[in-house]
Amino acid sequence: MRMKNQSTEKYSKEHIEFLRERKKETFKIKFLQAGILLALITLWEVLAAFKIIDSFIMSSPSRIISTMISLYSSGQLWSNIIFTIVETITGFILGTLLGMIIATLIWWSSFTFKVIEPYLVVLNALPKVALGPIIIVWMGAGMGSIILMALLVSVIISIMNILNGFTNVSKEKILLMKSFGATKIQIFKKLVLPSNISTIISTLKINVGMSLIGVITGEFLVSENGIGYLIVYGGQVFKMDLVMAGVLILAVLAWCLYACVAKADFVYSKKK
Amino acid sequence: MKNKEKILMLKHLTMRYHTLKQETLAVKDITLDIYSEEFLSIVGPSGCGKSTVLSLISGLLSPSSGEVVITDRKKDLGKSLVGYMLQSDYLFEWRTIEQNIMLGLEIKKLLNEKSREYALKLLEKYELIKFKDHFPNQLSGGMRQKVALIRTLAVKPQILLLDEPFSALDYQTRITLASEVRKIIKTERKTAVLVTHDISEAITLSDRIAILSKRPSTIKRVLEVEFGSQNLSTKQKQRHEKFNDYFDVIWSELNENEKSKH
Ligand SMILES: Nc1ncnc2c1ncn2[C@@H]1O[C@H](COP(=O)(O)OP(=O)(O)OP(=O)(O)O)[C@@H](O)[C@H]1O
Ligand SMILES: [Mg+2]
Repeated sequence: MRMKNQSTEKYSKEHIEFLRERKKETFKIKFLQAGILLALITLWEVLAAFKIIDSFIMSSPSRIISTMISLYSSGQLWSNIIFTIVETITGFILGTLLGMIIATLIWWSSFTFKVIEPYLVVLNALPKVALGPIIIVWMGAGMGSIILMALLVSVIISIMNILNGFTNVSKEKILLMKSFGATKIQIFKKLVLPSNISTIISTLKINVGMSLIGVITGEFLVSENGIGYLIVYGGQVFKMDLVMAGVLILAVLAWCLYACVAKADFVYSKKK
Repeated sequence: MKNKEKILMLKHLTMRYHTLKQETLAVKDITLDIYSEEFLSIVGPSGCGKSTVLSLISGLLSPSSGEVVITDRKKDLGKSLVGYMLQSDYLFEWRTIEQNIMLGLEIKKLLNEKSREYALKLLEKYELIKFKDHFPNQLSGGMRQKVALIRTLAVKPQILLLDEPFSALDYQTRITLASEVRKIIKTERKTAVLVTHDISEAITLSDRIAILSKRPSTIKRVLEVEFGSQNLSTKQKQRHEKFNDYFDVIWSELNENEKSKH
C-alpha cells in the first residue's frame, strides 16, 4: 500500500533534499562507527608493538588473529562455536516454548496466577548461576546441564514478559468479545494471542541474549566444550590471547543470533 | 409510537457491586418496558449506573434481584438477541475492516456465505465497502465507529445497546454520525437503547427518554419525545419549538439530582 504510493508519487524538491540529508547522516554514522573500531584496534596494536602495554596481559590484535588461525587449523574453532550455537538455540527454543505454554496456562486461571506470582518473582530475581552446582550434580557435567541452564535463564523472563502482555489486553476488548458470547478459548485465540505478537517477538529478542548468558555460564561451570570453555581454559592457563579471541568470537556470535531474530521481526512487521 | 409490542421488560432490577472495600448499590428497583423498534435513551448523572443497566440487559451481568425478560418474537434464527456497542470502537488493529465486521459471526460460529454476504451488504449500504481491505488505523474516528456498528448489526441482533457510542468523537462528527446511526437503526428496524450524557443528542435521536436519578439509580421520569413529523433532521429538531421544552425538562430533572447531593 504505502510502497506503491512511494513509487508512483512524484516528490517535491524539498522532500528529495530531505532524503539526501538523511542518507548523508546515515553514511556519517556508519563511517564513524567503523572509524572508531579501526582506530581502537590500531592503537592497541601500536601500543603493544612498542611495548607500552604488556601484550602478555593485554594481548594484541595480531596475537588474537594468530590464535584464531591456530584454533581454526587445529579444528577447535568450529567445533567449539557449533557446540555453543547448538546449546544456545536449543535453550532458546525450549525456554521460549515452555515460557509461552506456562504463561498461557497461568493466564487461563487467574487463581493459579495469584498462587504462583510470588514464586515467579523470587525465581526471576534469583541469579540462576547459583543453581549451577545443583544442576551439575543432578544432571551430570555435560550438554544437558548447559541447556538446562540456558532454559532456566530464559524461561522465567519469558513467562513474566508474555504473561504481562496477556494480562494487559484491554478489558473493554474482552467485554466486546464476551458481548458476542465468546468462550475463553476464543478470547485467547482471536484477541489475546494476536494482540501480543509484538510482545512475543520482543521476548524472542531478549531470549536469545538470555539463552547465550545461560550457555556461557553453563560452559564456565562444566568446562568441556564451547566458547565459554575456551575462555575459562585460557584464563586458567593464563593465555590472554585465547581469552580475548573467545570474547571476540562470542561478540560476533551474539550479534549474529540477535540479527536472526531481528530479521524475523522485520519480516513480520513488513507483512503487517 | 407505531408499534406497541413489548420486546424487553426490566422488572424490579437491582444491582449491587461487591468489592473488598465496600458494597455499591448501583441500580435500585428499575422497572421499564421497551417496545419493539423504538429508540430509547437513558440519561442520568455520571456514575449513576447507566452502563450497569446495559450490562444487565445484555446478560453480561446478572442482577442481584429482579429480572430481564426478552420476548423473542421471531423465535430466533441465530440467538443473537442483543448487540452491544461501546464508547470506543475497539476494532482489532490486526484485522482488516472486512475481518473486523466478521468477528461476531466467527465467535458465534455463524460465518457462512449468506451471513458474510449480509455483512458485506451492510458495508456497501453504508458506504464503507471501498475500505473493506483497509486496516482500522487508516479510517477516521467516525468511520471506525460506523464499522463497529456494522460489526454489531452483522449478527442480526434485535436489540442494540449503545453505551455513549459517540462521546469519543469530535462535535462535528458526533452530530453527523449520531443521525446516521439513528437512520441505520430505523432502516434495519432494530430496537435501540442508548446511554448518553448529551441531552440534545438524547432529544434528537430518541422516541423516549428515561431519566435516572443519582446513585442508587431509579427511574425518575420517562419522557415521550414527539415532534409531530417522523422525518425531521437533527437540525430541524434542534430548531423546533418543542426542543427547548424537552431540554428544560431534562435539565431540571438532572439538576435536581445535583442539588439533592449536597
Ligand atoms: N465492576 C464493578 N465493581 C464495583 N463497582 C462498580 C463496578 N462497575 C461499576 N461500579 C460502580 O457502580 C456505579 C455505577 O457504575 P456505571 O458504570 O454503571 O455508571 P455510569 O452511569 O455508566 O457512569 P458513567 O456516566 O461514568 O459512564 C459506579 O459508582 C461505579 O463505581
Ligand atoms: Mg458508563
